Amino acid sequence: MFKTFVTGVFLGLVAAAALLYFVPVVNQQRETSIISVNPNGGNSETFHINIPMDRIMVGAQSRSTPLPTGMNWPEFAEFEGLRTEMFKVRNARNAVIGVASRLAASSDEQAAIVEWVLHFPARGSMYLSMQNEPVEGGYRIGEMRAGSKEFVELTGRVVERWVPDQSGSGDGRSGRIELVSQFVGVLEEEPVEEEVL
Amino acid sequence: MKYLISLVLGFTVGIVLFVLLLYINPLTSRSTLSPIAVGSGEIINLTYSAAIEDSIVFTNSGETRRHPHPAKVLQLWEAPVRNTRVAATVLRDSRGDVAGLGIKFSSDSEDTNLLNGEALVDSAWHIYLPGQGTLFIEQRENYWSYLREIVLPAAWSSADRWKGNWHGTITNGPGALGTSRVTGGSGEFAGLVTDGIESITAQAYSMDRGPVAAEAQLTIEVPENVDTASAELLD
Repeated sequence: MFKTFVTGVFLGLVAAAALLYFVPVVNQQRETSIISVNPNGGNSETFHINIPMDRIMVGAQSRSTPLPTGMNWPEFAEFEGLRTEMFKVRNARNAVIGVASRLAASSDEQAAIVEWVLHFPARGSMYLSMQNEPVEGGYRIGEMRAGSKEFVELTGRVVERWVPDQSGSGDGRSGRIELVSQFVGVLEEEPVEEEVL
Repeated sequence: MKYLISLVLGFTVGIVLFVLLLYINPLTSRSTLSPIAVGSGEIINLTYSAAIEDSIVFTNSGETRRHPHPAKVLQLWEAPVRNTRVAATVLRDSRGDVAGLGIKFSSDSEDTNLLNGEALVDSAWHIYLPGQGTLFIEQRENYWSYLREIVLPAAWSSADRWKGNWHGTITNGPGALGTSRVTGGSGEFAGLVTDGIESITAQAYSMDRGPVAAEAQLTIEVPENVDTASAELLD
Protein backbone atom coordinates (compact mmCIF):
# COMPACT_ATOMS: atom_id res chain seq x y z
CA MET A 1 0.00 0.00 0.00
CA PHE A 2 2.93 2.38 0.74
CA LYS A 3 4.25 1.73 -2.78
CA THR A 4 0.85 2.74 -4.19
CA PHE A 5 0.95 5.93 -2.11
CA VAL A 6 4.44 6.79 -3.38
CA THR A 7 3.31 6.11 -6.95
CA GLY A 8 0.37 8.46 -6.36
CA VAL A 9 2.73 11.18 -5.07
CA PHE A 10 4.93 10.77 -8.16
CA LEU A 11 1.90 10.88 -10.47
CA GLY A 12 0.62 14.00 -8.69
CA LEU A 13 3.95 15.76 -9.17
CA VAL A 14 4.12 14.82 -12.85
CA ALA A 15 0.47 15.74 -13.50
CA ALA A 16 0.84 19.19 -11.87
CA ALA A 17 4.05 19.88 -13.81
CA ALA A 18 2.48 18.69 -17.07
CA LEU A 19 -0.60 20.83 -16.46
CA LEU A 20 1.49 23.96 -15.94
CA TYR A 21 3.71 23.14 -18.91
CA PHE A 22 1.03 22.35 -21.47
CA VAL A 23 -1.92 24.52 -20.41
CA PRO A 24 -1.27 28.23 -21.00
CA VAL A 25 -1.84 30.38 -17.92
CA VAL A 26 -2.69 33.38 -20.11
CA ASN A 27 -4.52 33.09 -23.41
CA GLN A 28 -5.25 36.44 -25.02
CA GLN A 29 -8.29 36.59 -27.27
CA ARG A 30 -7.26 37.43 -30.85
CA GLU A 31 -9.32 39.12 -33.49
CA THR A 32 -8.21 38.32 -37.03
CA SER A 33 -6.01 41.15 -38.33
CA ILE A 34 -7.57 42.90 -41.34
CA ILE A 35 -4.52 43.94 -43.32
CA SER A 36 -4.37 44.85 -47.00
CA VAL A 37 -1.22 44.77 -49.09
CA ASN A 38 -0.33 48.03 -50.83
CA PRO A 39 0.60 47.92 -54.54
CA ASN A 40 3.90 49.69 -53.87
CA GLY A 41 4.89 47.38 -51.02
CA GLY A 42 4.11 47.29 -47.35
CA ASN A 43 0.72 46.79 -45.82
CA SER A 44 -2.12 48.89 -44.57
CA GLU A 45 -4.48 48.52 -41.62
CA THR A 46 -7.33 50.73 -40.46
CA PHE A 47 -8.27 51.32 -36.83
CA HIS A 48 -10.99 53.57 -35.52
CA ILE A 49 -12.43 54.99 -32.32
CA ASN A 50 -16.14 55.69 -32.01
CA ILE A 51 -16.79 59.01 -30.30
CA PRO A 52 -18.03 59.37 -27.63
CA MET A 53 -18.62 55.71 -26.65
CA ASP A 54 -14.96 54.59 -26.84
CA ARG A 55 -13.58 57.46 -24.79
CA ILE A 56 -12.13 56.30 -21.48
CA MET A 57 -10.68 59.61 -20.34
CA VAL A 58 -10.34 63.21 -21.44
CA GLY A 59 -8.07 65.29 -19.25
CA ALA A 60 -7.49 68.97 -19.87
CA GLN A 61 -7.42 72.00 -17.62
CA SER A 62 -9.95 73.91 -19.70
CA ARG A 63 -12.56 71.13 -19.43
CA SER A 64 -15.50 71.97 -17.16
CA THR A 65 -17.00 68.46 -16.95
CA PRO A 66 -14.52 65.66 -16.26
CA LEU A 67 -14.58 62.40 -18.20
CA PRO A 68 -14.95 59.92 -16.57
CA THR A 69 -17.37 61.39 -14.04
CA GLY A 70 -15.69 61.73 -10.68
CA MET A 71 -12.17 62.14 -12.05
CA ASN A 72 -9.97 64.71 -10.35
CA TRP A 73 -7.75 66.08 -13.09
CA PRO A 74 -4.56 67.47 -11.50
CA GLU A 75 -4.68 71.25 -11.86
CA PHE A 76 -0.91 71.77 -11.84
CA ALA A 77 0.52 74.71 -13.76
CA GLU A 78 2.87 72.25 -15.47
CA PHE A 79 -0.09 70.63 -17.27
CA GLU A 80 -1.34 73.84 -18.86
CA GLY A 81 -1.84 73.32 -22.57
CA LEU A 82 -1.92 69.53 -22.20
CA ARG A 83 -4.85 67.43 -23.42
CA THR A 84 -4.69 63.74 -22.56
CA GLU A 85 -7.16 61.21 -23.91
CA MET A 86 -7.54 57.45 -23.55
CA PHE A 87 -9.68 55.32 -25.85
CA LYS A 88 -10.71 51.83 -26.82
CA VAL A 89 -9.52 51.03 -30.35
CA ARG A 90 -11.55 49.05 -32.90
CA ASN A 91 -10.65 47.25 -36.11
CA ALA A 92 -12.44 47.49 -39.46
CA ARG A 93 -15.09 45.03 -38.23
CA ASN A 94 -15.91 47.39 -35.35
CA ALA A 95 -14.53 44.95 -32.74
CA VAL A 96 -12.53 46.35 -29.83
CA ILE A 97 -8.96 45.08 -30.19
CA GLY A 98 -6.94 47.42 -28.01
CA VAL A 99 -6.57 50.64 -26.09
CA ALA A 100 -4.81 53.92 -26.92
CA SER A 101 -3.61 57.19 -25.48
CA ARG A 102 -3.37 60.51 -27.31
CA LEU A 103 -1.31 63.38 -25.95
CA ALA A 104 -1.59 66.86 -27.41
CA ALA A 105 0.46 69.59 -25.81
CA SER A 106 1.49 73.10 -26.65
CA SER A 107 3.46 75.54 -24.56
CA ASP A 108 5.79 78.50 -24.87
CA GLU A 109 8.75 76.32 -23.90
CA GLN A 110 8.48 73.71 -26.63
CA ALA A 111 6.89 73.00 -29.98
CA ALA A 112 3.39 71.53 -30.12
CA ILE A 113 3.16 67.75 -29.68
CA VAL A 114 0.56 65.29 -30.93
CA GLU A 115 1.30 61.65 -30.13
CA TRP A 116 -0.43 58.30 -29.94
CA VAL A 117 0.39 55.04 -28.19
CA LEU A 118 -1.70 52.12 -29.40
CA HIS A 119 -1.63 48.96 -27.29
CA PHE A 120 -2.99 45.67 -28.61
CA PRO A 121 -2.69 42.97 -25.91
CA ALA A 122 -2.22 40.08 -28.34
CA ARG A 123 -0.02 41.95 -30.81
CA GLY A 124 2.11 44.62 -29.11
CA SER A 125 2.27 48.39 -28.93
CA MET A 126 3.13 51.20 -31.33
CA TYR A 127 4.30 54.74 -30.65
CA LEU A 128 3.22 57.33 -33.21
CA SER A 129 4.39 60.90 -33.53
CA MET A 130 2.04 63.12 -35.55
CA GLN A 131 2.42 66.44 -37.37
CA ASN A 132 1.50 69.42 -35.24
CA GLU A 133 -0.88 70.89 -37.80
CA PRO A 134 -3.32 68.95 -39.98
CA VAL A 135 -2.79 69.10 -43.74
CA GLU A 136 -5.43 70.18 -46.23
CA GLY A 137 -8.52 68.00 -45.91
CA GLY A 138 -8.24 67.68 -42.14
CA TYR A 139 -5.71 64.85 -42.18
CA ARG A 140 -2.82 64.63 -39.78
CA ILE A 141 0.14 62.56 -40.87
CA GLY A 142 2.56 60.90 -38.49
CA GLU A 143 5.26 58.30 -38.32
CA MET A 144 5.91 55.27 -36.19
CA ARG A 145 8.72 55.99 -33.74
CA ALA A 146 8.85 52.64 -31.97
CA GLY A 147 6.95 49.42 -31.57
CA SER A 148 6.94 46.21 -29.61
CA LYS A 149 6.31 42.53 -30.41
CA GLU A 150 4.57 42.37 -33.81
CA PHE A 151 5.40 46.02 -34.57
CA VAL A 152 9.04 46.04 -33.46
CA GLU A 153 10.49 45.59 -36.94
CA LEU A 154 8.04 47.81 -38.79
CA THR A 155 8.42 51.36 -39.96
CA GLY A 156 6.08 53.69 -41.80
CA ARG A 157 3.45 56.34 -41.45
CA VAL A 158 -0.02 56.77 -40.03
CA VAL A 159 -2.82 59.06 -41.11
CA GLU A 160 -5.26 60.41 -38.52
CA ARG A 161 -8.56 61.95 -39.53
CA TRP A 162 -11.94 62.81 -38.05
CA VAL A 163 -14.91 61.25 -39.83
CA PRO A 164 -18.28 62.77 -38.79
CA ASP A 165 -21.17 60.32 -38.41
CA GLN A 166 -23.67 60.77 -41.21
CA SER A 167 -25.52 57.49 -40.77
CA GLY A 168 -28.36 59.05 -38.80
CA SER A 169 -28.55 55.89 -36.72
CA GLY A 170 -29.43 57.86 -33.60
CA ASP A 171 -27.05 55.90 -31.39
CA GLY A 172 -25.46 59.07 -30.06
CA ARG A 173 -22.32 58.67 -32.12
CA SER A 174 -20.89 61.97 -33.32
CA GLY A 175 -18.24 60.40 -35.49
CA ARG A 176 -15.03 58.44 -35.38
CA ILE A 177 -11.30 59.03 -35.26
CA GLU A 178 -9.73 56.96 -38.01
CA LEU A 179 -6.12 55.86 -37.97
CA VAL A 180 -4.77 54.29 -41.16
CA SER A 181 -1.34 52.71 -40.83
CA GLN A 182 0.98 52.02 -43.75
CA PHE A 183 3.92 49.99 -42.57
CA VAL A 184 6.81 48.19 -44.19
CA GLY A 185 9.29 45.81 -42.61
CA VAL A 186 12.76 47.14 -41.89
CA LEU A 187 15.18 45.78 -44.47
CA GLU A 188 17.86 43.58 -42.99
CA GLU A 189 20.86 42.22 -44.78
CA GLU A 190 20.73 38.48 -45.33
CA PRO A 191 23.61 36.69 -43.63
CA VAL A 192 26.12 35.60 -46.26
CA GLU A 193 26.29 31.84 -46.33
CA GLU A 194 29.70 30.33 -46.49
CA GLU A 195 30.47 28.78 -49.83
CA VAL A 196 30.28 25.04 -49.74
CA LEU A 197 33.60 23.65 -50.79
CA MET B 1 -10.37 -0.22 -2.49
CA LYS B 2 -7.65 0.73 -0.01
CA TYR B 3 -5.12 0.83 -2.86
CA LEU B 4 -7.34 3.27 -4.75
CA ILE B 5 -7.68 5.49 -1.68
CA SER B 6 -3.93 5.32 -1.18
CA LEU B 7 -3.31 6.28 -4.81
CA VAL B 8 -5.73 9.24 -4.67
CA LEU B 9 -4.23 10.38 -1.36
CA GLY B 10 -0.72 10.13 -2.81
CA PHE B 11 -1.82 12.01 -5.94
CA THR B 12 -3.21 14.86 -3.81
CA VAL B 13 -0.05 14.97 -1.70
CA GLY B 14 1.99 15.08 -4.94
CA ILE B 15 0.09 18.10 -6.21
CA VAL B 16 0.44 19.89 -2.85
CA LEU B 17 4.17 19.08 -2.82
CA PHE B 18 4.53 20.49 -6.32
CA VAL B 19 2.78 23.73 -5.37
CA LEU B 20 5.03 24.02 -2.30
CA LEU B 21 8.14 23.42 -4.42
CA LEU B 22 6.96 26.09 -6.84
CA TYR B 23 6.38 28.52 -3.98
CA ILE B 24 9.70 28.03 -2.20
CA ASN B 25 11.77 27.55 -5.35
CA PRO B 26 15.08 29.21 -4.39
CA LEU B 27 16.11 29.51 -8.04
CA THR B 28 13.52 32.25 -8.59
CA SER B 29 14.85 35.01 -6.39
CA ARG B 30 13.82 38.65 -6.34
CA SER B 31 15.97 41.12 -8.25
CA THR B 32 16.86 44.16 -6.15
CA LEU B 33 19.93 45.45 -8.00
CA SER B 34 19.27 47.65 -10.99
CA PRO B 35 21.60 47.10 -13.95
CA ILE B 36 21.31 50.87 -14.58
CA ALA B 37 22.36 51.83 -11.05
CA VAL B 38 25.81 50.33 -11.58
CA GLY B 39 26.33 52.25 -14.83
CA SER B 40 28.21 55.55 -15.05
CA GLY B 41 25.61 57.50 -17.05
CA GLU B 42 23.15 60.06 -15.71
CA ILE B 43 19.71 58.85 -14.84
CA ILE B 44 16.19 60.25 -14.72
CA ASN B 45 14.15 59.11 -11.74
CA LEU B 46 10.37 59.31 -11.86
CA THR B 47 8.20 58.03 -9.04
CA TYR B 48 4.49 57.45 -8.69
CA SER B 49 2.14 56.00 -6.14
CA ALA B 50 1.12 52.44 -7.00
CA ALA B 51 -2.12 52.78 -5.00
CA ILE B 52 -5.12 52.76 -7.33
CA GLU B 53 -6.86 55.58 -5.41
CA ASP B 54 -3.86 57.84 -6.07
CA SER B 55 -4.07 57.42 -9.85
CA ILE B 56 -6.00 59.89 -12.00
CA VAL B 57 -7.76 57.05 -13.77
CA PHE B 58 -7.44 53.27 -13.49
CA THR B 59 -9.53 50.81 -15.46
CA ASN B 60 -9.65 47.09 -16.05
CA SER B 61 -12.28 44.47 -16.86
CA GLY B 62 -14.20 45.36 -13.70
CA GLU B 63 -14.37 41.66 -12.82
CA THR B 64 -11.40 41.57 -10.45
CA ARG B 65 -11.08 42.58 -6.82
CA ARG B 66 -9.21 45.72 -7.88
CA HIS B 67 -12.01 48.05 -8.91
CA PRO B 68 -11.66 50.77 -11.55
CA HIS B 69 -11.10 54.33 -10.36
CA PRO B 70 -13.18 56.47 -10.49
CA ALA B 71 -16.11 54.08 -10.33
CA LYS B 72 -17.82 55.36 -13.48
CA VAL B 73 -14.84 54.96 -15.81
CA LEU B 74 -15.38 52.89 -18.97
CA GLN B 75 -14.38 49.28 -18.28
CA LEU B 76 -12.37 46.99 -20.55
CA TRP B 77 -14.87 44.12 -20.68
CA GLU B 78 -14.40 43.11 -24.33
CA ALA B 79 -12.59 39.77 -24.74
CA PRO B 80 -9.43 41.08 -26.50
CA VAL B 81 -8.79 43.66 -23.74
CA ARG B 82 -10.17 41.77 -20.73
CA ASN B 83 -6.67 40.97 -19.41
CA THR B 84 -5.50 44.57 -19.79
CA ARG B 85 -5.21 47.44 -17.32
CA VAL B 86 -4.76 51.13 -18.14
CA ALA B 87 -3.75 53.79 -15.64
CA ALA B 88 -2.99 57.50 -15.88
CA THR B 89 -0.90 58.91 -13.06
CA VAL B 90 1.12 61.93 -11.98
CA LEU B 91 4.88 61.35 -12.07
CA ARG B 92 7.13 63.05 -9.55
CA ASP B 93 10.86 63.64 -9.44
CA SER B 94 13.17 62.44 -6.69
CA ARG B 95 12.32 65.53 -4.60
CA GLY B 96 8.60 64.82 -4.79
CA ASP B 97 7.81 67.71 -7.16
CA VAL B 98 5.49 67.21 -10.12
CA ALA B 99 7.56 66.05 -13.09
CA GLY B 100 4.95 64.95 -15.60
CA LEU B 101 2.15 62.64 -16.51
CA GLY B 102 2.31 58.96 -17.43
CA ILE B 103 -0.13 56.51 -18.95
CA LYS B 104 0.61 52.84 -18.42
CA PHE B 105 -0.88 49.97 -20.44
CA SER B 106 -0.39 46.50 -18.93
CA SER B 107 -1.50 43.17 -20.39
CA ASP B 108 -0.95 39.67 -19.02
CA SER B 109 1.69 38.00 -21.19
CA GLU B 110 1.10 34.73 -22.98
CA ASP B 111 4.75 33.87 -22.24
CA THR B 112 3.92 33.52 -18.54
CA ASN B 113 5.57 30.34 -17.27
CA LEU B 114 5.06 29.63 -13.58
CA LEU B 115 7.44 26.65 -13.77
CA ASN B 116 10.27 29.14 -14.36
CA GLY B 117 8.93 31.66 -11.86
CA GLU B 118 7.68 33.98 -14.58
CA ALA B 119 4.38 35.79 -14.01
CA LEU B 120 4.83 38.11 -16.97
CA VAL B 121 3.09 41.31 -17.98
CA ASP B 122 3.71 43.21 -21.22
CA SER B 123 3.49 46.92 -20.56
CA ALA B 124 3.98 50.25 -22.30
CA TRP B 125 4.34 53.76 -20.89
CA HIS B 126 3.42 57.00 -22.65
CA ILE B 127 5.10 59.78 -20.68
CA TYR B 128 4.88 63.57 -20.95
CA LEU B 129 7.41 65.69 -19.10
CA PRO B 130 6.45 69.40 -19.43
CA GLY B 131 9.14 71.56 -20.97
CA GLN B 132 11.24 68.54 -21.83
CA GLY B 133 9.43 66.16 -24.12
CA THR B 134 7.80 62.78 -24.37
CA LEU B 135 8.94 59.20 -23.88
CA PHE B 136 7.69 55.75 -24.79
CA ILE B 137 8.76 52.82 -22.63
CA GLU B 138 8.23 49.25 -23.72
CA GLN B 139 8.89 46.54 -21.19
CA ARG B 140 8.18 43.06 -19.95
CA GLU B 141 7.57 42.81 -16.22
CA ASN B 142 7.87 39.79 -13.97
CA TYR B 143 5.55 39.89 -10.95
CA TRP B 144 6.43 36.44 -9.59
CA SER B 145 8.36 37.71 -6.54
CA TYR B 146 5.69 40.33 -5.90
CA LEU B 147 2.97 37.66 -6.02
CA ARG B 148 4.94 35.22 -3.88
CA GLU B 149 6.09 37.65 -1.21
CA ILE B 150 3.18 40.10 -1.03
CA VAL B 151 -0.03 38.95 -2.70
CA LEU B 152 -0.05 35.32 -1.52
CA PRO B 153 0.80 36.19 2.12
CA ALA B 154 -2.01 38.80 1.98
CA ALA B 155 -4.42 36.18 0.63
CA TRP B 156 -3.47 33.74 3.40
CA SER B 157 -3.75 36.41 6.10
CA SER B 158 -7.01 36.38 8.07
CA ALA B 159 -7.22 40.15 7.58
CA ASP B 160 -6.61 39.85 3.83
CA ARG B 161 -3.71 42.27 4.22
CA TRP B 162 0.08 42.29 4.01
CA LYS B 163 2.40 44.70 5.79
CA GLY B 164 6.16 44.89 5.62
CA ASN B 165 9.00 46.27 3.55
CA TRP B 166 9.52 44.99 0.05
CA HIS B 167 11.63 46.32 -2.78
CA GLY B 168 12.14 44.67 -6.14
CA THR B 169 12.80 45.34 -9.79
CA ILE B 170 9.88 44.23 -11.91
CA THR B 171 11.30 45.00 -15.35
CA ASN B 172 12.47 41.81 -17.03
CA GLY B 173 13.20 42.82 -20.60
CA PRO B 174 13.30 43.12 -23.55
CA GLY B 175 16.86 44.47 -23.05
CA ALA B 176 19.69 41.98 -22.70
CA LEU B 177 20.31 43.01 -19.09
CA GLY B 178 16.63 42.81 -18.23
CA THR B 179 16.04 46.48 -18.98
CA SER B 180 13.16 48.17 -20.76
CA ARG B 181 13.49 49.90 -24.15
CA VAL B 182 12.99 53.66 -23.92
CA THR B 183 12.34 55.80 -27.02
CA GLY B 184 12.23 59.58 -26.98
CA GLY B 185 9.50 61.23 -29.01
CA SER B 186 9.81 64.98 -28.83
CA GLY B 187 11.60 67.91 -27.21
CA GLU B 188 15.03 67.18 -25.86
CA PHE B 189 14.26 63.47 -25.90
CA ALA B 190 13.70 63.38 -29.68
CA GLY B 191 15.75 60.57 -31.17
CA LEU B 192 16.70 59.16 -27.78
CA VAL B 193 16.95 55.37 -27.54
CA THR B 194 18.05 54.09 -24.18
CA ASP B 195 17.33 51.68 -21.33
CA GLY B 196 15.22 51.88 -18.21
CA ILE B 197 13.86 49.83 -15.37
CA GLU B 198 10.82 49.96 -13.11
CA SER B 199 10.88 48.94 -9.47
CA ILE B 200 8.37 48.84 -6.64
CA THR B 201 8.79 49.61 -2.95
CA ALA B 202 5.78 48.32 -1.01
CA GLN B 203 4.75 48.66 2.62
CA ALA B 204 1.13 47.53 2.63
CA TYR B 205 -1.16 45.51 0.37
CA SER B 206 -4.85 44.75 0.66
CA MET B 207 -6.64 41.99 -1.25
CA ASP B 208 -9.59 44.31 -1.81
CA ARG B 209 -7.73 47.48 -2.77
CA GLY B 210 -4.43 46.20 -4.17
CA PRO B 211 -1.31 48.15 -3.19
CA VAL B 212 -2.24 50.50 -0.32
CA ALA B 213 1.15 51.95 0.54
CA ALA B 214 3.50 51.39 -2.37
CA GLU B 215 5.66 53.57 -4.56
CA ALA B 216 6.96 52.67 -7.98
CA GLN B 217 10.04 54.14 -9.56
CA LEU B 218 10.98 54.52 -13.21
CA THR B 219 14.71 54.86 -13.77
CA ILE B 220 15.87 55.90 -17.22
CA GLU B 221 19.47 56.05 -18.31
CA VAL B 222 20.48 59.16 -20.24
CA PRO B 223 23.31 58.61 -22.72
CA GLU B 224 26.13 61.14 -22.40
CA ASN B 225 25.54 62.73 -25.80
CA VAL B 226 21.96 63.75 -24.94
CA ASP B 227 21.57 67.31 -23.71
CA THR B 228 18.93 67.18 -21.02
CA ALA B 229 18.33 70.43 -19.23
CA SER B 230 16.38 68.40 -16.71
CA ALA B 231 18.42 69.35 -13.69
CA GLU B 232 15.41 68.87 -11.47
CA LEU B 233 15.02 65.28 -12.54
CA LEU B 234 18.59 64.18 -12.51
CA ASP B 235 19.92 62.57 -9.42
